[in-house]
Amino acid sequence: MGLRLLLADDERDFVDTLAERLRLRDYEVQVVYDGAEAIRAATSNKPDLVVLDLYMPGLAGDEAIKQLKMMYPAMPIILLTGHQAVDDNGTSPVSQAFACLTKPLAFKDFVAIVEAAVREGTTTGRGE
Amino acid sequence: MLDRLKAYFARAFEVPDAVSPARYETLKRLMTVLMVTVSVAPLLILTFISHSQYMQTLEGEMENPLESLARKTQAALELYLGERVSTVSFMAHAYHLQTLSDEHTLNRIFLALKSQYQGFVDMGLVDKTGRQIAYVGPYQLKGADYAGKQWLKDTEIRGRYISPAFLGYRGYPHLVIAVHRLEENGAEWTLRVATDTLRLQQIAVPDGKSRDTDVFLVDNQGVLQTDSILYGKALEKIPFQLPHALHDTEIIRKEGDDGRMYLMALCTIEGTDFRLVTIKPVDTAFRPWLALRAELLWVIFGGIALIVIVSNLLMRHLVDRLRASDERRVAVFAQMEHNQKLSSIGRLAAGVAHEVNNPLAVILEKAGLAQDLLTMNKIGGDEKEKQTLVKLLQGIESTVERARGITHRLLGFARRMEVSRQALHIEEVIEETLGFLEREARNRGVLLEADFPEPLPELISDRGQLQQVFLNLIGNALDAQAEFRGKTNEARFIRIRGVTEGQCISVTVADNGKGMSQEVLRHIFEPFYSTKKNKGTGLGMFITYGIVQKLGGHITVESTEGEGTTFTVVLPLTPPDVSGEA
Repeated sequence: MGLRLLLADDERDFVDTLAERLRLRDYEVQVVYDGAEAIRAATSNKPDLVVLDLYMPGLAGDEAIKQLKMMYPAMPIILLTGHQAVDDNGTSPVSQAFACLTKPLAFKDFVAIVEAAVREGTTTGRGE
Repeated sequence: MLDRLKAYFARAFEVPDAVSPARYETLKRLMTVLMVTVSVAPLLILTFISHSQYMQTLEGEMENPLESLARKTQAALELYLGERVSTVSFMAHAYHLQTLSDEHTLNRIFLALKSQYQGFVDMGLVDKTGRQIAYVGPYQLKGADYAGKQWLKDTEIRGRYISPAFLGYRGYPHLVIAVHRLEENGAEWTLRVATDTLRLQQIAVPDGKSRDTDVFLVDNQGVLQTDSILYGKALEKIPFQLPHALHDTEIIRKEGDDGRMYLMALCTIEGTDFRLVTIKPVDTAFRPWLALRAELLWVIFGGIALIVIVSNLLMRHLVDRLRASDERRVAVFAQMEHNQKLSSIGRLAAGVAHEVNNPLAVILEKAGLAQDLLTMNKIGGDEKEKQTLVKLLQGIESTVERARGITHRLLGFARRMEVSRQALHIEEVIEETLGFLEREARNRGVLLEADFPEPLPELISDRGQLQQVFLNLIGNALDAQAEFRGKTNEARFIRIRGVTEGQCISVTVADNGKGMSQEVLRHIFEPFYSTKKNKGTGLGMFITYGIVQKLGGHITVESTEGEGTTFTVVLPLTPPDVSGEA
């Protein structure tokens, strides 16, 4: 059974293509197009990992990550954005993400980080 | 005329706003003229006031002795003449006609008179009819008829009379003192005594007296009674009309025939028609002053010359300072403008990068998916054709990769990244950086030298960012050496040297590579400006510049084409924003 991923990004073309490539590699992928939907999907499906865009309509990425982390502190979250993630002093919710990636990103790098995030999440989860 | 003058001055003193040599020339001229005017004007006014004040005082100083001399001489003359008249009057009253008619008696009296008083020449007794009935003296004047003579009439009217000087029979100037006598018995007669004017002369001009003052007596006809230095001997007429005189001394200014100015004291002599004139030329009194004035004039002109020279030098110095400060200001403004420009270009570039990143990501993913479909055999077809398509798609991927490199570096410049501050030694950072580049330098035959003549103090900065800066600078220097084929016989080197400069550390990276033209220097810190044709992104120096700015320092470059390039990075020991954060 592949990992269950939740992708949230308003750039449909991008996120759909990415999801299809992941599915080709046996990931179970759910795609949503805004932050609020992402919260809902995460609550009902409890994915192994969430990939969030930073700037989305409805609920922005940093707000979404805050809420998700509140509900599921162990759930690994990766930020993927066309902008530069900003975290000046470590207080922003951005710092709670496992990684903050800038588009465009080589697919195999992305997959490697996803794998690493899930692995680490399980390790810490076990440790707790 | 006035308008033209005004226009001339407006033109001469109009200070152009533009920073140009003319502006400073005009400014200097204006300030010099102002300063000279302000300092010379009071000097001249003071000089003028002092001069006229001094002249006034000097005239007063001159008038006073003149007046006192006139008064003294007047008193002496009045005393002398009064005494003579009183003596004659006494004789006329002491003796009767009978007594005096006797020439023996008359002679005895005359001799007694002569023994007491000098200057008496002869003596005669004139009866009512005007005939001289008795006479004593050196001339044969007995029986002379004076009937109808003016002096006799005057004597009869006034009782006593002093005549003006005249030559008469005697041949030298003398005057007559006459006293009229009306006896109780009705006898009427006149006693007349002649006296020479030598005594008057002696009283008026005592021997040994300074000869620059002319003192003489004039009668009411303007005839000299005593010798004058200026106007000739006694009995000559003076060449000008004497003004009316009073007994009180009066001082008059008068221009002489020789063009000189004279001061004249004028007064009458009591009991006579004489006027005493005391004359002194003005310039004799002013001679010492004139000599002094010539010297003072030299001093004043010298002073003015000195003021002009000093003002000129001072203003030149001041204006030069002003010009230097203006130029500095202009340079600072230019620098600020440059910084502003780079910063806005940076923001713009970052904005573009943001926007380009999303479509790039889409392209990358689509190409990736297409590849996946091909390689995972989801699509049928000729294996060879599939390989061709995969190659094409890989081409797209690598191109996107290249574009990604550009946008990521742009973002790297623009983002307000967290600068990690730590205390570090810049020598260590540079040595580390050199470690990365050593192999490449050796391959290219370039000598890398790091020189720190003194131990440098600790610096609070960002290690990673500094590494990036020196990596860029030294890497560029290596490239400059690689492309340079000019002086092959000269050892090629890159010298890094760090020194302390006050509260900063200054690091220079110097190479003897190909150098840069002015045109390149002007644009070197701008983004997308590259001289490396296809190799560079044109962002290296732009990012270096941004990092150094962010670390609170500044970077400058000097270069000569064909000689080499020197970059200087100056970093503060403590960045300006650190104290506020801590």
